Amino acid sequence: MSNITLRVNGRAHTVDVEPSTPLLYILRNDLGLQGPRFGCGLGQCGACTVIINGAAVRSCITPTSSVKGEVTTLEGLSQGGTLHPLQQAWIDEQVPQCGFCQNGQIMTAKALLDKNPHPTDDQIRQGMAGTLCRCMTYYRIQAAIKRVAGRNA
Amino acid sequence: MNIEKILLEHTAAPSRREFLKTSGMLIVGIGAAAAAAPFVAEAGAQTPRGLYPDPDYHQLDSWIVIHQDNTATFYVGKTDCGQGTGTAFRQMMSDELDMAFKDTTCIMGTTDITVDQGGSGGSDAIQTDGWPMRRVAAEARRVLLDMASQRFGVPVSALAVSNAVISVNADPSKHVTYGELIGGKKFNLTLTGANIDATTGVAKVKPVQELRNVGQSPQRYDIPEKVDGSLKWAVDVKLPGMVHARNVKPPVAGASLVSVDESSVRNMPGFVKVVSKGNYVAVVCEREEQAIAAARALKCNWQKPATPQLLAGSDGLFKYMRETPAKSSQTPINIGDVDMALTGAARVVEAEYDIPFQGHTAFGPAHALADPSNGQMTIYSNDMKSYGMRNGVATFLGMPREQVRVIWMQGPQGYGRTAADDAGFEAAYIAKEIGRPVRMQWMRDEEQGWDTKGPAFTFKIRGALDAHGNMIGLDYTARSADYNHLGYNEPDTVLIAQLMGQRRAMPAAGSSAYPNDMYAIPHRRTRLDVVGLPLIWETPLRTGNLRDPNGPQSTFAAESFIDEMAVAAKADPVEFRMRLLTGARDDDSGFKRARSIAVLKAAAEKYGWQPRPAPGARRSGDILTGRGVAYAFRNQTVVAEIAEVEVNRKTGRVWVKRLVCAHDCGLVINPEALRRTIEGGMQHSISRALYEEVAFDAEKVLSSNWVNHPTLTHLDAPAQIDVVIVNGDPNPNRPDLPHYGAGETSCKPMIAAVANAIFDATGVRLRRVPFRKERVLAALNAANV
Repeated sequence: MSNITLRVNGRAHTVDVEPSTPLLYILRNDLGLQGPRFGCGLGQCGACTVIINGAAVRSCITPTSSVKGEVTTLEGLSQGGTLHPLQQAWIDEQVPQCGFCQNGQIMTAKALLDKNPHPTDDQIRQGMAGTLCRCMTYYRIQAAIKRVAGRNA
Repeated sequence: MNIEKILLEHTAAPSRREFLKTSGMLIVGIGAAAAAAPFVAEAGAQTPRGLYPDPDYHQLDSWIVIHQDNTATFYVGKTDCGQGTGTAFRQMMSDELDMAFKDTTCIMGTTDITVDQGGSGGSDAIQTDGWPMRRVAAEARRVLLDMASQRFGVPVSALAVSNAVISVNADPSKHVTYGELIGGKKFNLTLTGANIDATTGVAKVKPVQELRNVGQSPQRYDIPEKVDGSLKWAVDVKLPGMVHARNVKPPVAGASLVSVDESSVRNMPGFVKVVSKGNYVAVVCEREEQAIAAARALKCNWQKPATPQLLAGSDGLFKYMRETPAKSSQTPINIGDVDMALTGAARVVEAEYDIPFQGHTAFGPAHALADPSNGQMTIYSNDMKSYGMRNGVATFLGMPREQVRVIWMQGPQGYGRTAADDAGFEAAYIAKEIGRPVRMQWMRDEEQGWDTKGPAFTFKIRGALDAHGNMIGLDYTARSADYNHLGYNEPDTVLIAQLMGQRRAMPAAGSSAYPNDMYAIPHRRTRLDVVGLPLIWETPLRTGNLRDPNGPQSTFAAESFIDEMAVAAKADPVEFRMRLLTGARDDDSGFKRARSIAVLKAAAEKYGWQPRPAPGARRSGDILTGRGVAYAFRNQTVVAEIAEVEVNRKTGRVWVKRLVCAHDCGLVINPEALRRTIEGGMQHSISRALYEEVAFDAEKVLSSNWVNHPTLTHLDAPAQIDVVIVNGDPNPNRPDLPHYGAGETSCKPMIAAVANAIFDATGVRLRRVPFRKERVLAALNAANV
């Protein structure tokens, strides 16, 4: 065990854990966050996605000790009580069914749009390809992303 | 803030139970926002014994509470798997109550504070359970009008009610709110009805024409908190002193546990205990990652069975299913003389279809938290059938059911998996063993390997055409690998009970299926057999209710075959189906047939369907395009779907580019939520059509993750989906249609629609699901396409 300091959603936290512990368990069990979730533990589904240094990162396979930089979770997307445009688009499109995967969908979409604000259909498909949904809301997710990208879905 | 405090601040339940037990005022007024989250935690575990009775569905107070602020909370015994049924219940009940939708909330599926409507399943939430909800809400309105009548000294007929305010017609300055009349107090009104579905008061529900909230599309109330991270899911519950558990599964199917070497993990960080009985093994640690590590490190000595228990693996499945004697059979249907029709036919078509085991493979693996405080048991769970789990856990643990409750919370993908809620039983068992709250969660390989499976099917179908191309005979045999199908949270449904040797004397019969179609085929025979695999207990191929159980399988075969008959008759597939729907048949129902024709027409019209036989003219180039139609009935809901596909001749990849669905589920409560449900249902079945298959060898399931067990991804999303809601009966002389179910019907025909579209594009008929690109390419190559 050792002390590790993390910056998450604008606040610093020091936790005393095994350094190799995947970030996901620290976020959920020590910091009480609920956005990132366990889906596979293998980095294959995206449920655990957070944003670190602008990149969508799978926190279930990221050793806590390797985290350098600010971690943003789903809870950190809204600013001053206003939802991020992607979150609002998710509501406007009524995207989720069960909603369990939507953390990963929204966080992956944010990283995608931050890098490329006006992606083509194919770029959206490719950029989101590794983020799974078992209620199969893909069609609506893509419509919501296009809304934010300023295109009529 | 500590979780206990958060839970208590949001809790409705302790005061709720108190409210039901006594005639007192509600201790905490539950405003519309605060009651949205039904979280309960017993602070300091000071709860007395025996405090979890069943809410009495014959009491109006069990269903509806009107608050002093003129809002209402509805308590219903269903769960919402993500299709928005909670929103629909609020629309239906607020309509009958004459309240604004926004002034209501809905609490669902928590066994000690909501009536037992069985939780979710069978797409019956709106179709069946919506009725008592509407009737009790109408009754509450009647009682409130009576109270206002007494207050103002005028008859009820002289009163008007709007948005929970009752006013005197002759003098609108005289008015009173529901909250002023009864806020925080009990109705103390006894309802009647022989069972919960029949629960009713004196009041009648409104005719369709007077419904205001029903038919609108208010946004689902659960979505904002699902996208901002504020919703507390069943995976999020934390209690003081809780520990984490992980299972250790047998390495091969049918293995017996000889010994466990606890010393292999005793010195690992956070180790608490190894819990083991029979062939069940779990490891408990203080922290989650510690439990994962310890479960992986635990050394167990397993004895393999004398012979491998899973046949020759998934590749040998269908041969076995075709050749082995049936374990059970359903009553055959025999109409007319099929043998005569086949003998005298101008043309006989014969085909076999196979569809493998397909897993639930929930996006989040099984999980639950169990709190054994005070010798009682509270389970925080996403179990869609929470009431069944309460009973099952009580029986399994030998506890009085009054000491067990299940608090339903949101969870991943409830399409039947939690009807065998393994993790809830496991958490409860371990919690009872060690006397601390236990959070159990399965790992991904465990979920893929050991969850409940949709049964594999094999079909043999023969059809007869007369000289005019009319279908005159159908000889249909379906065999399912569904023996010992369990799935209602009976104690032996769950793996932990089976591994501990708890089994019923007679395994469950299981079921096979013939789709509920309306085709007028004069000579028909159906044989429905269920076969058993060698291993029926403790098996990773345990079958359960996967969304529309048996429907996608049997409709794949039947609607593919109808397409093959249309091809043989050189007929357009829509026109061929229309002919079968308009033909005469003794046992036909004109009502269902008329609605079937209406949806088929609506789908064809929306698509822009140009009549011609399949396959279409083959074009040059790598991409071949085709269209396919399929149709299905489920209970009273009818659906027709058209898939347009692109087949890549070079790679075998199939993309379902466009979908059209015409859907008639009678009276629609929330059109936008219905559209989303239909979109998800169709794409779920596209995943089953293109990707999903549980692979196994002779000893074990090989599917263990999302790479070796692929699913639909963003790359596969259709470019266009059109949903046409066909609302109603084409016959204007019939009364308005009631609200039918919509959770599963859209799943039913899609695999067939995709298969038919692939044939239309390529001229190659695929009769074995899934249509992964390797299989498609091999079929194209074999046919020189």
